[in-house]
Amino acid sequence: MSKYVAKRILMSALTLFVIIFVLFVLIRIMPGNPFPVERMSAELILQKRAELGLDKPILIQFADYMSMLLQGSFGNGTSLYNGAPIKPIMFACLENSFKVGVLSILFGTTIGLGLGIVAALNRGKFLDGLCTVVSILGVCIPSYVFMIFLQYFFAYKIPFFPYFFDPSQFLFSSIMPSLSLSLFSISTVARFTRNEMIEVMNSDYVKLAEAKGLYGFELLRRHVLRNALIPIVTVIAPLVVDLVTGAMVIEKIYGINGAGSLMVNAIAGDGVDYNYVLALGIVFSALYIAVMLALDILYGIIDPRIRLATKEG
Amino acid sequence: MAKTYIPKADDFEFIGSRDLNVDLNFASQGYWKGVAVHFLRNRLAVTGVVIVGVIILFAIFAPILSSYGYQEIVSVNDTGKELVAKSLPPQIADGSAQNLFADKTFLFGTDDMGRDLWTRTWHGARISLIIAFVAIFIDMLIGTSYGLISGYFGGLVDNILQRFIEIAGSIPTLVIISILAIFMEKGIGLVISSLLLTEWIGMSKIARAECLKLKEREYVLASRTLGAGSFHIIFKQILPNTIGPIITQVMFSIPVAIFTEAFLSFVGVGIVLPQCSLGSLIEAGFGNITILPYQILPPITVLAFLMLGFNLIGDGFREALAPKLEDM
Repeated sequence: MSKYVAKRILMSALTLFVIIFVLFVLIRIMPGNPFPVERMSAELILQKRAELGLDKPILIQFADYMSMLLQGSFGNGTSLYNGAPIKPIMFACLENSFKVGVLSILFGTTIGLGLGIVAALNRGKFLDGLCTVVSILGVCIPSYVFMIFLQYFFAYKIPFFPYFFDPSQFLFSSIMPSLSLSLFSISTVARFTRNEMIEVMNSDYVKLAEAKGLYGFELLRRHVLRNALIPIVTVIAPLVVDLVTGAMVIEKIYGINGAGSLMVNAIAGDGVDYNYVLALGIVFSALYIAVMLALDILYGIIDPRIRLATKEG
Repeated sequence: MAKTYIPKADDFEFIGSRDLNVDLNFASQGYWKGVAVHFLRNRLAVTGVVIVGVIILFAIFAPILSSYGYQEIVSVNDTGKELVAKSLPPQIADGSAQNLFADKTFLFGTDDMGRDLWTRTWHGARISLIIAFVAIFIDMLIGTSYGLISGYFGGLVDNILQRFIEIAGSIPTLVIISILAIFMEKGIGLVISSLLLTEWIGMSKIARAECLKLKEREYVLASRTLGAGSFHIIFKQILPNTIGPIITQVMFSIPVAIFTEAFLSFVGVGIVLPQCSLGSLIEAGFGNITILPYQILPPITVLAFLMLGFNLIGDGFREALAPKLEDM
């Protein structure tokens, strides 16, 4: 197991390094100029470039950037436009996004699993139908459309929830965004759980376990869920990652000061703030890779066959 | 020196086909015929085809047949509702037809500039569909070739190509879009490029898996024994047998593409005015949702039905290609 984990960690670190390199080079070779050329003399531009280290060869710039990154700062660490330091702003935004994201993963997995299990146990009855309807809705309604509806009906028509995100009552005001973010996960997880459960419950070993006298929750826990969970983990992995993209729009709609809206501001405004794009790009990729890594390891824990396969191979 | 043998007409002889026993009770059925029968028997899949078909028809014909253009600003005169001014800049238009609720003249009402929402919705659906089809078609070409080549050659080639995919797949979509937004101008090109860079990976994984299965088959061996080149085998012999799973993947990718477009336009890096797409219409409607909630309904409904339709078709294809015993 530890060999498997070590190999995966090494591979992830290497991937992250390559991604940072590609991002860095792409942003450096980009056409255009970070300075307002018409208002600066040629000498001043040269001086500024030297100050920021832009006159050095690109590989040396990259080495400088990496060493700064490893010490915990993002390059020279300021926004190109207002000179404000990136790090505190970015981490404040990341914190908001992270909380909403975690909440929606919780919603997605618990409601999805619950709905799927209940549907599988009541196959063909009302709850099964409800599960089908929810999974169809989740697939064909984008999360932000659902968010718009929730906001219109439950914050505007019936002013129960705050109309915009309110950091002072964090949990209460994150219910709507997390719920709409998790709509797609709920539907996918529910449908998958239901189908897997039904397949496992019809298998020979579950029949044997029943014949031995196991029943009810104990049977579910020891035989059905453990085997049904394996494929479900693979479905959850990409969903967790998709949250970041979905969160971007939800944050815009609900006025959450999050990392997604920070990225949108950095790219959709009049000018592009390269430092922000680079810093956020690195953070997003690192998070993505970390999540993938964690899920891979989790997968190995749930299914011993994977560990064995890599040990032999 | 050996002479090249020139085949003659009587080298091979046909056996009298009349004497052959043809099993009529269990007549063999062509692969695609079987798939079509299964697909058409699936009521949900047929519903999906109808939904998508109707929307495509409307997207093609509704803007053509409409009396207003998608970017024309309409004014209303005293005698009734008719088009007075065409394509006026907003500051000149008198605003008499702004924010009208749906009626016989304007089936979906008008927007805050005085443009006909019926025309704009279907024009937007058209743009969204074109983006999705173009992007996914190119993705299919790239992804399939990449996957087939990677799977067929195996070894070092496969290793390199797969490591590349692993890295490319680890870059979050959001980051790819941001980088593109720096290099490119906002608009259709940006949306299509970001779809090109993200969607081909899934396609290539499926093509590779299929290729790994197929390349061990006897017919490939036979072809190779007869002296066929690698690329002939890949594209003439293996490719036709991978089409089923690839089409299924395409059907699931199209709604993703439509969704991505809608999301990019909503955020503000997609379609730019006066052009419109479903995403930009939803964005415009969202701006007025508390006062004029009817403006957001048409694009959202069309979007939801498109996603539903394509997903149903995709499910239908998947079941028709690999029918389970219980469905037969």
